[in-house]
Amino acid sequence: MTTIGVLALQGAFIEHVHALERLGVAAREVRLPRDLDGLDGLIMPGGESTTIGKLMVHYDLDEPIRTRAQAGFPIWGTCAGMILLAKDIGGLRQPLIGVMDIIVERNAFGRQLDSFEADLDIPAIGAEPFRTIFIRAPLIHAVQGDVVVLATLTDGRIVAARQGNLLATSFHPELTDDDRLHRYFVDAFVAPFQARNTALTAA
Amino acid sequence: MTSTNGHSEKNGVAKSTWTTKAGLAQMLKGGVIMDVVTPEQAKIAEEAGACAVMALERVPADIRAQGGVARMSDPDLIRGIMEAVSIPVMAKARIGHFVEAQVLEALGADYIDESEVLTPADEQYHIEKQAFNVPFVCGARDLGEALRRIGEGAAMIRSKGEPGTGNIVEAVRHLRAITSQIRRLSVAPPEELMAIAKELGAPYELVREVAKNGKLPVVLFCAGGVATPADAALVMQLGAEGVFVGSGIFKSGDPARRGKAIVEAVTHFRDAGIIAEVSRGLGEPMSGLEIGKLPKEALMAGRGW
Repeated sequence: MTTIGVLALQGAFIEHVHALERLGVAAREVRLPRDLDGLDGLIMPGGESTTIGKLMVHYDLDEPIRTRAQAGFPIWGTCAGMILLAKDIGGLRQPLIGVMDIIVERNAFGRQLDSFEADLDIPAIGAEPFRTIFIRAPLIHAVQGDVVVLATLTDGRIVAARQGNLLATSFHPELTDDDRLHRYFVDAFVAPFQARNTALTAA
Repeated sequence: MTSTNGHSEKNGVAKSTWTTKAGLAQMLKGGVIMDVVTPEQAKIAEEAGACAVMALERVPADIRAQGGVARMSDPDLIRGIMEAVSIPVMAKARIGHFVEAQVLEALGADYIDESEVLTPADEQYHIEKQAFNVPFVCGARDLGEALRRIGEGAAMIRSKGEPGTGNIVEAVRHLRAITSQIRRLSVAPPEELMAIAKELGAPYELVREVAKNGKLPVVLFCAGGVATPADAALVMQLGAEGVFVGSGIFKSGDPARRGKAIVEAVTHFRDAGIIAEVSRGLGEPMSGLEIGKLPKEALMAGRGW
């Protein structure tokens, strides 16, 4: 049975839980380190990255998540979750997991009045455009190392990327009923991780 | 709910849609929105883990104590708070005062609270909120009031409680009213829905939507009387999706510590061990008021309909 954790310290975590359940994947809310045991992947949701980051540190979740991320454990960050994944957020001082080679700019589009929706091509999940919802959203200013860009706005700015076991999106797939990105995370991140673990156990 | 004020551009790009308005409230869930009156307080709130701040001139306890007409805050104050923190900044407009709301939109506030804490500008009508690009949060004492505000365009609801009292009793009453009416709707057969809509004084389409989904079409927070971590966890267990704390933090002995404790109690609202731990040694809570001893004209929850 595949179980994916959803960091449930603050923000839109229940929407991710519901999306996973629609795919027939078990979801577990993660608030304390013990909730990470036995998970096959983790989603860090949208919310306020400063709030989530502080709670993560205070309840000793940052180090175990970081250690797992570095060992190949699949993690997907949406919006605030993407900020937490980034190694560099332009010098802002706030707690991060800091494992992905992306430079992220917070509130990159402005305030709430600049929040928007748009149809976006994300070739990794199929030809049909994806309705993307950006709410006071961050942007990937630049990528480094072996990071692969998955989607850009029409002006070329990066809004989705992956690096090995890590997936980052500026926008909120969990606010739509299009589950293709959740499916992509399960198929292209979680399944290979499980296969590798099974192989290791067998060996 | 399909209503939207979104304006479309090419490539299907649309700003200020219903999804972006209601969506910001979804991002605030599981969090604490704190009243602040200065940029310094806003920083303390952000540091304590607030998911947003409410910029206002006086907290409800002071409005209550000092009396007089309470209005929208000075634009300089709101700007100063917006510059001081990276989290969303909300601001209050008087009930029915659509020009205050226009000013707050022009300032770039992230959310407008059409609030009974301020002195109402219109005793007949609330603001027509669909017309705005900025989203609104409104107070409600029961499901009918909540759905009337949503019908006008509110993208987030908070139970009203009795602001500035440090007394949770009214917040519990209003939250229970809303959730029990939702429960009743969710088991009502379709032929009863129009009669219930009439009884609630609520738009029929919204009544049908609540009956179908078993929840409000927007995020539901609790406000008005939260003073302790246990208060915050109580309303979360009663079905609130997040908490507004007005006077409860900056009218207490140690705002930074109490703010942080309330944030943690909201995250871990079902974990009594953690609530016990964070409740220790917080110093003096704000002094509370007994609702029954307040003169009727001093009550704020009855403002608006």
